[in-house]
This record gives sequence, structure tokens and C-alpha cells, in this order.
Amino acid sequence: MTRMQKRTLTSIILSSALFVTALFMAEGTLRTTFFAVAYVLVGWDVLWLAGKNIVRGEIFDENFLMSLATIGAIIIGEYPEAVAVMVLYQTGELFQSYALGKSRKSIASLMDIRPDTANVERENLLLTLSPDEVAVGETLVIKPGERVPLDGVVLEGHSVLNTAALTGESLPRDVAPGDDVISGCVNQGGLLRIRVTKRFEDSTIAKILDLVENASAKKARVENFITRFAKVYTPLVCGLALLLFAIPSLITGDARTWGERALSFLVVSCPCALVISVPLSFFGGIGGASKRGILVKGSNYLEQLANVNVVVFDKTGTLTEGAFKVTVIHPQLVSEQELLRLAATVESFSDHPISRSIRAHYHLPVNPGELSNVQEIAGQGISATLGGRTVYAGNETLMNAIGVTVNVCPHLGTIVHVAQDDTYLGHIVIADQIKATSREAIQALKREGVHKTIMLTGDTQPVADYVAGELGLDEAYAQLLPADKVDRVEDLLTQTHQRGNGKLVFVGDGVNDAPVLTRADVGVAMGALGSDAAVEAADVVLMDDDPRKLALGMRIARKTLAIARQNIVFALSVKAVTLLLVAVGLANMWLAVFADVGVSLLAILNATRALNTGD
Amino acid sequence: MRKTLQLDGLDCAVCAAKVEKAVKQLTGVESASLNFITQILTLEVDPTMLDDVLARVRKVVPQSQHGCTVL
Repeated sequence: MTRMQKRTLTSIILSSALFVTALFMAEGTLRTTFFAVAYVLVGWDVLWLAGKNIVRGEIFDENFLMSLATIGAIIIGEYPEAVAVMVLYQTGELFQSYALGKSRKSIASLMDIRPDTANVERENLLLTLSPDEVAVGETLVIKPGERVPLDGVVLEGHSVLNTAALTGESLPRDVAPGDDVISGCVNQGGLLRIRVTKRFEDSTIAKILDLVENASAKKARVENFITRFAKVYTPLVCGLALLLFAIPSLITGDARTWGERALSFLVVSCPCALVISVPLSFFGGIGGASKRGILVKGSNYLEQLANVNVVVFDKTGTLTEGAFKVTVIHPQLVSEQELLRLAATVESFSDHPISRSIRAHYHLPVNPGELSNVQEIAGQGISATLGGRTVYAGNETLMNAIGVTVNVCPHLGTIVHVAQDDTYLGHIVIADQIKATSREAIQALKREGVHKTIMLTGDTQPVADYVAGELGLDEAYAQLLPADKVDRVEDLLTQTHQRGNGKLVFVGDGVNDAPVLTRADVGVAMGALGSDAAVEAADVVLMDDDPRKLALGMRIARKTLAIARQNIVFALSVKAVTLLLVAVGLANMWLAVFADVGVSLLAILNATRALNTGD
Repeated sequence: MRKTLQLDGLDCAVCAAKVEKAVKQLTGVESASLNFITQILTLEVDPTMLDDVLARVRKVVPQSQHGCTVL
């Protein structure tokens, strides 16, 4: 509790004690004095602020309204009412500020990934400085258990980094000298010495924090509605209060009853419940999502993400690994390992991506010393002499040229056939692999109510059809150039928007799809850890490369929006019912203020639920 | 130049708007935005009068919203 909260609490307790004592006293000057002291004790700062604001020309401020309502009650002789309303109002405000403080703390702890210090080596001394005092090129020491404060490259030491704070998954990353390290990761292994490559404000962690903290600047439609509504709500209720007093009292002549009811209207005229809880819900949702490695750049994107009908994926790097790997080995006459060894050895001088993936798959070191007479046949493959025999590795054309019949392979990808002299030994298929999580991701999206999942690719139609079939995608468009992708997404956008309120999401790896990312309703970049370009271009950034995070993001968005809507409906209904009950005389000022502060408090507590993204 | 200040005691979004408006009107402040949730005030300040502006911001914040202070 802050000092001010403690002071308010003390005055509430003292005032309540006086109030209760006075209730049991006989009518008279002493009783009135007790009420007067209790009123001033609990309400003086409200009165003072109201007076100050009037001087500055600001009426319709909640302090003014509470003062007006209670002073009105005093004028018509309802002393207990005036004190009770002030006590309840102050208690409500206290709870509200306490609950708000709590929610703020839980959001702050969610984003507590800001590194506080950096250990810098300067002139043989190890200094502990604030990360923004460190220059590029300086050397940092990161001890086990410490957070990496700035982006850099490892000079010395081997360790394991935990990226959980950035990606939401505690997938450990091994680092060794020469590897890049990203700020925000936690060192879980040995001591590391790194050279700083980026200033703090350009470091990954600073960018992420900046993005999340400023996300509330881009407001959702619901939030804008609340702001506009709040502006008209207070004058509207005050106007109604005036009418409620003027018209019936002119007709019935009973100014006292209607005056009392009109004053009760004033205490319900603050839009606090909405003004606090709706932005808090959105911020909670954005904070909760960032905890799971999903960065949402604004409440408006969260709102759109909740209404997604069509999801368009880029293939390479998004649904597939984006790296060539050996997927199938079909040996004949020799073992798989032997076929691989021959291919890897023959290709050992080639820097072609295909050769590299074969070598990577072989794992063992090859002995290029055994090789002689290496010949690269452009567009066909390689031949070389190995152990006195000629080994060929290449495509079907090469095999036909040397008169070897190949086995036709049903698998998709680049096929490397291997032959020794005139004997066919089999083939190796190299392809871009579908991510293990892609299929599940598509199914999860379907469960979240996505009507259509579409894939765009520059790859060939058979590959596109194969991937689409494996994953259960609805449509796949192949052989698209980057410009074609933009056109295709434009078409899909028009179709989607014609059909209703649904939104279109484009998911890419952010490398060369910036135009499409900006064009879609929501542009999602994946695997963005360390990629500035992707973070710039996208509206939503998935820190790791797991496509399942999209469905999770949609679920968080839905929940956040549902909470915001619950709060709006709940607060407005309670207020409407209260006003109605007051108007017909079924509720007095006490009940009105109780309902009003109660609904604010409940709405804040409900908003806090948006933080919780657990399944 | 950009400057961020951490505020405290901001209890509602309407109050945040009030503080933001008051700070924006100060000479030397080119733009100001106050995040109600994080209570962070981001200012674009004329660097030649930085200290002067900050002193006035510290004064105007509690004036525009009772109980709200610059930490």
C-alpha cells in the first residue's frame, strides 16, 4: 500500500467509527456534529479537489459530482446518507487503486525481462554498469544464471542459453565462440565473454520491450468506443438527473423526493469501470501473449486476430523448415551408410546447397584425400575416382549419359542418383521438410473456427500439392513470384471482406514477404528471434518458428476481447439497472454508490484474467 | 530528444489523458504520450531546454492530477 492509500484508509476507519457512533445517538447538535466531523474527515480531499477543478473550469469531474451529490444530501437534511456515500466512495476508490496496483504489478512482472546490469571489462577491471552505458565493441562477462544484457557475439566460453523470456518456450540454445547471442536470454551454463555488437536501444530485448509497452498506443475499436462513450456518458447522466428533478417535481410539487433521486443519479455518473477495465483487459492480453512468445503490436491487431476467417501461409520457412535435408535414402546393393559415404565424399569439394545437406546428413568426416580426377558436370552432377573406381553422383541426365538405368523415385524433392562404374547404387532424396508442428497448427486453426487455410509458394505445383495434402490445407497456389503473392493476397482479401467481418492473416517468415505482411489485415512474422526486418514489417511477431503459436494467439485474442465485452456489458447493465431503481425510488444513494464502486472493482478483477494465457 | 519518465499514482485513464494534455501544453515539449497501464510518460523534448522542461513537468503532473507524481 502506498502512503496515500494508507492515509485514505485511516480516514475511512476514523470516519466510519464516528458515523456508527452517531447512528446510535439521540437527535441533537452533538449527533449532527459527529456526522459533520465524519463527513469532513473522509471527504475533505474530494471537496478540495472539486473546488480546485471548478476554479480551472473543469466540471463533470467525479470529485465534483460526489461533492454535489453529498452536499445536496446535507441540504435536504440527509446527514447519514451524505457520510455513508462519501465513506463508500472513498472505500471503493481505495480498493480500485489497490487492485489496479496489483494488476500493474502482475503485468510488470510478466515483462520483467529487462536486464538491469551489464558486467563490462574496462582496463582490466570488471565494472557493473547499466546496459545503456555500454558501447559497441566492449567486452561483457556473463556469469551463469545472468541475463544477457546486450546483443553480442561469443568470444570465449561454451554455454547453454535459455530463450524462454523471448519465445515462451524454454528451448535451450547451445552457444560456442563465434555464435551470436541475443539479449534477454538467460545463461544456464558456464561463464561467457561476449563482444557487444549492438547498443542497448538497438538490442533485441529493448526492441521487444518497446514494442510491448507501446502496444496500447494503437487502440482497438472497442477502446475507442469507450473513450467516446465516456465523454458523453457523464454529461448525459447529469442531464437526466436534472430532468428527473425538474419535470416530476414541477408536476407533483414534491421537490424533496425527486431532488434526492436526482442526486443519487450523480453518483452513478462516473464511467470509471469502463475507462479503467477495458484498456487493462487489452494490455493484459498483450502482456500475456508476449509471455508466450507472441508479440502483438497493438490492441487493434488483437481485435482483428479474434475475427480471423482466412489464414494464408507462405510455404518455405513457415510451414516447412526452409532448409534442405536428406529425407529418403534408397540404396541398392550397398548399405544406406555406404551410399551416403560415397555421395558425401564425391561431393566434398562442392559448395552447392545439395552437397552441403548430404555432407551434413553423413555426420562423419569424409576423406577427400582419397579422391582424384574430380569433375563437375554443370547441371548434371559430379564424377570422381575413388579407390580406383569412378563414382558418379547426379541427376537422371547424368545417369543416362553414362548408360545406367535409374529407379524412379516417388518422393518429391531433388534426387541425387549414385553409380559406381556402370553399377547403379541407388539414390538420395533431398527436400525441404515440413515442420513437425505444422499439421497440428492447421488443425488447431480449424478448431479455432478458421474457414480456409491457404498456402502460397514459389515452388512447383507437385510440391505444393504434396505439402497441402500432408497438412490438410484447403488451397495451395504454386509457382508464384513475390509480386504474384501480393496479387493473390489482394484477391483473397477482397473475397474475404465481401463475405463479412472475417479477417485475413498472412503468415510468413518475414524475410522477403514484407509487402504481403503489410497488405494483409494482420501480418504475422515467424521465427523472428534476431530478425529486425521481420519485427518491423509485421503486426504480430511469433518469436520462435512454431506455427501452432498462431492458434494460441487467436485464442488469447478471443479471450481478451470476450473479457473486454463482458466488462462493458456488465458495467453498463449494472449502471442502467441502478439508474432505473433510483428513478423509481427503489434504491437510495447508498446503494447507488455501492453498485457503482462494486462494478468498477469487479471489472478490474475480471480484466486481470486476460493476463492468464494458460490452457 | 526522447525522454521517458516513470509516473506513480495514476488511477484512471481519464486522469492519464488530463496529465498528458497538461504536459503537452508546456513549452519545449514537442509531443507527449502517457501510457496509463505502465504509467510511463514519453516525451519528445527540445534538447536545449531539457532540464527546464523536466522541472516544469515534475510540477505540472501533480497539479493536473492529485496524487500523481514523477518518480
